[in-house]
Amino acid sequence: MALQAIAFYLMATVTILAGLAVVFARNPVHSVLFLITAFFSAAGLFVLIGAEFLAMLLIVVYVGAVAVLFLFVVMMLDVDFSQLREGFARYLPIGLLVAGILTVEMVMIAINVAVNGAAAKNATPQASLPDVSNAETIGRVLYTDYVYFFQAAGLVLLVAMIGAIVLTLRHKPGIKRQSIPAQNARTPKTGMTIVDIKPGEGISE
Amino acid sequence: MIGLTHYLTVAAILFTIGVFGIFVNRKNVIVILMSIELILLAVNINLVAFSAFLHDVVGQIFAMFVLTVAAAEAAVGLAILVTFFRNRGDIAVDDASVMKG
Repeated sequence: MALQAIAFYLMATVTILAGLAVVFARNPVHSVLFLITAFFSAAGLFVLIGAEFLAMLLIVVYVGAVAVLFLFVVMMLDVDFSQLREGFARYLPIGLLVAGILTVEMVMIAINVAVNGAAAKNATPQASLPDVSNAETIGRVLYTDYVYFFQAAGLVLLVAMIGAIVLTLRHKPGIKRQSIPAQNARTPKTGMTIVDIKPGEGISE
Repeated sequence: MIGLTHYLTVAAILFTIGVFGIFVNRKNVIVILMSIELILLAVNINLVAFSAFLHDVVGQIFAMFVLTVAAAEAAVGLAILVTFFRNRGDIAVDDASVMKG
């Protein structure tokens, strides 16, 4: 039990510090790397509570795809990031005020919900059915009761993929491309001309 | 003993950090997108914590869908960002008024 508490506090601290570093880092590349740290330790929290499948999903989707996408875009765009930080100090006091109020309110609500809510009667977390693995528990529900939502999620990803491609695709004018119909339609008549050259003149054109 | 309160507190703090990041980095749209990812991560922690302590797996299913939408949002957001950068040469969003009139 003590080991579990140590692991929880360690990963919770790392998650929160990495989240703060994402916001405060001067270099956006560092922000992305801290974001990866935050996702990793949040995945650790998921493992701790018993949701292994979502923890692995978090690592695969966020660290493997989203964070790399961020890294790619940050490194591709040639932007002066120090200029983008102006206004940081100006919004800092009001931001801290709002964040402080929000934290206090949400923690109070969290304590109240945890003590008086419907989850208060269960002292121990149980992320999967008894003697079934977590992935199987999710699969049993996801592919039966929620199969249409699952399909809809796939549709969301498809639309996002098409949208991203359409947004970033660029047709440059003036690029020579292969046109197979034009190649197939070529005949000796259109493909070549017979020029009658008189001796001693050469080809002018 | 680590209870529901601990997880909810971590999620609340992470959520606040995300909101705070949007507040203070108003010009840097990349950090704004990363703050949104932090907020969605906090939401996921909340969902999974409640799922585990209510002994109901539906919360984890919903967290999966949130993950899907977050990935789609990041892809489309970054695509918009790349297009915006191509058109304007910078990504300062506080004077992004090209769509106006």
